[in-house]
Amino acid sequence: MSELTREQAQALIEEVLEVYPEKAKKDRAKHLMVNDKTIEQSKKCITSNRKSVPGVMTQRGCAYAGSKGVVWGPIKDIIDISHGPVGCGAYSRGGRRNYYAGTSGVDSFCDINFTSDFQEKDIVFGGDKKLAKLIDELEGLFPLSKGISVQSECPVGLIGDDIEAVAKKKQAEIGKVIVPVRCEGFRGVSQSLGHHIANDAVRDWIISNRDDKAFESTPYDVAILGDYNIGGDAWASRILLEEMGLRVVAQWSGDGTLAEMENTPKVKLNLLHCYRSMNYIARHMEEKYAIPWLEYNFFGPTKIAESLRDIASHFDDKIKEGAERVIAKYTPAMNAIIAKYKPRLQGKKVMLYVGGLRPRHTIGAYEDLGMEVIGAGYEFAHNDDYDRTMKEMKDATLIYDDVTGYEFEEFVRQLKPDLIGSGIKEKYAFHKMGVPFRQLHSWDYSGPYHGFDGFAVFARDMDMTVNNPCWGMLKAPWLKEEESTGELKAA
Amino acid sequence: MQTVEDTKPCFPLFNEPEYRDLITNKREQFEETVSKEKIAETFAWTTTQEYQDLNFKREALTINPAKVCQPLGGALCGMGFEKTMVYIHGSQGCVAYFRTYFNRHFKEPIAFIADSMTEDAAVFGGQKNVHEGLQNATKLYDAKMIAVCTTCIAEVIGDDLGAFIGNARKEGHVEKDFPIPYANTPSFVGSHVTGWDNMFEGIVSYFTQATMDGKVVGSNKKINIVPGFETYLGNYRVIKRMLKEMDVDFTFLCDPEEVLDTPANGEYQMYAGGTTIDEVKDAPNAYTTFMLQPTTLEKSKKFVETTWNHEVPKINIPMGVEWTDEFLMKVSEVTGKPIPESLLKERGRLVDMMTDSHAWLHGKKMAMFGDPDFLLGLTKVMLELGIEPTHIVCNNSNKRWEKAMKKLLESSPYGVHAKLYPGCDLWHMRSLCFTDKPDFIVGSTYGKTIQRDTLYKGPDFEVPLIRLGFPIFDRHHLHRMTTLGYEGGMYLVTTLTNAVLERLDEKTKFMNDTDYNYDIVR
Repeated sequence: MSELTREQAQALIEEVLEVYPEKAKKDRAKHLMVNDKTIEQSKKCITSNRKSVPGVMTQRGCAYAGSKGVVWGPIKDIIDISHGPVGCGAYSRGGRRNYYAGTSGVDSFCDINFTSDFQEKDIVFGGDKKLAKLIDELEGLFPLSKGISVQSECPVGLIGDDIEAVAKKKQAEIGKVIVPVRCEGFRGVSQSLGHHIANDAVRDWIISNRDDKAFESTPYDVAILGDYNIGGDAWASRILLEEMGLRVVAQWSGDGTLAEMENTPKVKLNLLHCYRSMNYIARHMEEKYAIPWLEYNFFGPTKIAESLRDIASHFDDKIKEGAERVIAKYTPAMNAIIAKYKPRLQGKKVMLYVGGLRPRHTIGAYEDLGMEVIGAGYEFAHNDDYDRTMKEMKDATLIYDDVTGYEFEEFVRQLKPDLIGSGIKEKYAFHKMGVPFRQLHSWDYSGPYHGFDGFAVFARDMDMTVNNPCWGMLKAPWLKEEESTGELKAA
Repeated sequence: MQTVEDTKPCFPLFNEPEYRDLITNKREQFEETVSKEKIAETFAWTTTQEYQDLNFKREALTINPAKVCQPLGGALCGMGFEKTMVYIHGSQGCVAYFRTYFNRHFKEPIAFIADSMTEDAAVFGGQKNVHEGLQNATKLYDAKMIAVCTTCIAEVIGDDLGAFIGNARKEGHVEKDFPIPYANTPSFVGSHVTGWDNMFEGIVSYFTQATMDGKVVGSNKKINIVPGFETYLGNYRVIKRMLKEMDVDFTFLCDPEEVLDTPANGEYQMYAGGTTIDEVKDAPNAYTTFMLQPTTLEKSKKFVETTWNHEVPKINIPMGVEWTDEFLMKVSEVTGKPIPESLLKERGRLVDMMTDSHAWLHGKKMAMFGDPDFLLGLTKVMLELGIEPTHIVCNNSNKRWEKAMKKLLESSPYGVHAKLYPGCDLWHMRSLCFTDKPDFIVGSTYGKTIQRDTLYKGPDFEVPLIRLGFPIFDRHHLHRMTTLGYEGGMYLVTTLTNAVLERLDEKTKFMNDTDYNYDIVR
């Protein structure tokens, strides 16, 4: 579909809002906008991080998902207890594909679901005793774990349990870090508060553990924050940082460990990929330890090169040369990839609806392939995310916050993108509609997508989905005939 | 490093030496992990009887449960009715999880809505959410019915769902006669199968409880079929086909077969098929109601017996030869319709397959886990084939199940080795697979890590997983298959036999090492 004018785009939003009852319409209108690059601050034109309207099919998750699922889950040597009823731990198991290297059940615990499986009596009498006992049982069966986190599910906060007291008592007893996390699903309006709560728990229970301990540091120590190693993303990022001469002391939290997190206050620079989920701890370390932090973007060669230079600018010439060397090393391969895929993808229109950083961070990667992002939105962004997004998007493109199932489908029907990047809940409806679709949370079981190595996979995947012959099969040939005869008659 | 000719995803990219080194260096320099020897020693310890004993002493901790929570089951039940929007009163994150869980199993769009209770609703109750939510849902999603169930937040704070919905009608948030059945589905009681039972009872009681006057058992000359928490699409289809072949009129009470299998034709249909409200209203007029998963449909059964006055036939889940025979004979008895030649032939074909394949299955030891009735049926099939069930883990078991299972196992010499593990989880199963190794483990995708862990001990210890049950996330399209009826028996015989043969190939394909049993004829 050709590009919309600002007026057409605005009319589309209004048309889509028409079906809502008055109150919902008023509310949803604030979350939908036509991009205007002249505006500096998104708060003038879009509202975010507000409660979802009841009954409209939001795609959002909860604070537990943000804490256990996103931030804590990937730390491999800490056992996360899904504390409460049985469902949450199962639903959040394995879906994010945050890879780790280790011996599962011995020194690594990411792919195991530990839960207190609350029964009615736990609700009535409280779950603290059970939690204390459970920690003893964990300690007996998994002696090499480095720590335990208690990820609260909804009932914990409602029945007045004191998980902090249990954690303190058991921590003293077993001598391991035990972190109570108040990420009950009803807190906040989305995953976002869960990220924040998870960050705060790290701040309160982990970050200062080694303040008095010596650490052999180098001038080139950095930490990767906000990379969950989905499909191995953090490894494909780390390799570039190491090649340019930096020493990556910690990965937060994909394939991460407690030791890495505890040593992070010793680094020279924090590198922040997912701003939304980890800016809190970056800011805390800036305040407390005076460690600067830098947002970077490792999607697509253009943004990667920009980011590598940006990162290098915080270091000496050795690192700056390192960055140039790395860029030069990978450029021929990247050029070859673009030469292969760009002609196949040139001009294709993309709509995105994802989580923390991808609706803006992947735009450059699509543009490297000649594709254009005509709509972008976030499940749980705040306005600082939209400030950043508006700059990346073209004028008169659509920006949507906490888009409902109905709105997203209508936008897609009207704008007819060639590709949608979103999540599993959205995926299959668009398959039925015949719109090529890639999951941009889990990389659709592929990846990595970060770094130069990741871009090769990204380009391959976008091409295979946009250009797969299956999308041409949706209409039966006899129906196609009827349509064209119909058209002939009409003409 | 990637090349355009050979772009590698995670595997085998991270097997490249530069990534191997990166991962090793990271471990050695920054992770402060214990020594390799200590890890190996600890792993070996987790495979011992001593570890198993400790593992079985757990009272508070559940590890890798093979069950999920009630509202997931409630939601599946709601989907089975015509143009019904499943509405979940509680936190929105739960609903995102339920949808995702089904998306991954069925590879289908799943439309459920939440009323997004947050902290203020936790304090003041969720009535405002119900009112606003119902109003928006009825406007947006063109439903004929909204089926409401709950997450644990609403249950813990004690929201009075019935009153909230009543008030929503009174205050005009939703039309007075718009159908809104509901059920309480607390996550801290039972499991997903309980949730299905509760939602079902909620729906049928909503439409029939107050209108029993004039209802006469048998007057519509139909039988009702209640599937329970059923995720094999083929199972809906096979029961319908068999009944059609018998010329029996029936009502499938809860039928999500169509909505979970819509075509890719350019249009997304949020609703498709499903039991109509009229069919539900008419259901008390049937001869009787068949519960296909009898050990987990207690509440529904009680309702049907006491309100509809149906004599619910005592049958088992129709899996395998004899329990399918039993089902068909019961249907025949109730309706007076004979079992037709076509089904007799189908039965014969299944038995023929069993005679063809039995030699590969006889005496094979198989552990299994899953939902209660599914395990009963699977055990029955195994016993009919001479397979010896070993460890039977049922995380969401109940007393009825234990009793039925014991009786079943005692009925066959092949059942003597089996041991029941009611309420146990898959970490218990992991221990059992080390200390008393079965030839195979049968169950959902969650058995996958047991296969990996046992292999890690050494190739001779590996217990391969045969994927049957729910959820199956890591293989495509298996949810379309059939496990009920003779047809289901055929799928099970085929699956089990070929798993044995695949395994034999895996073990014997080594030239100049195992030059025997790698046969082209079997």
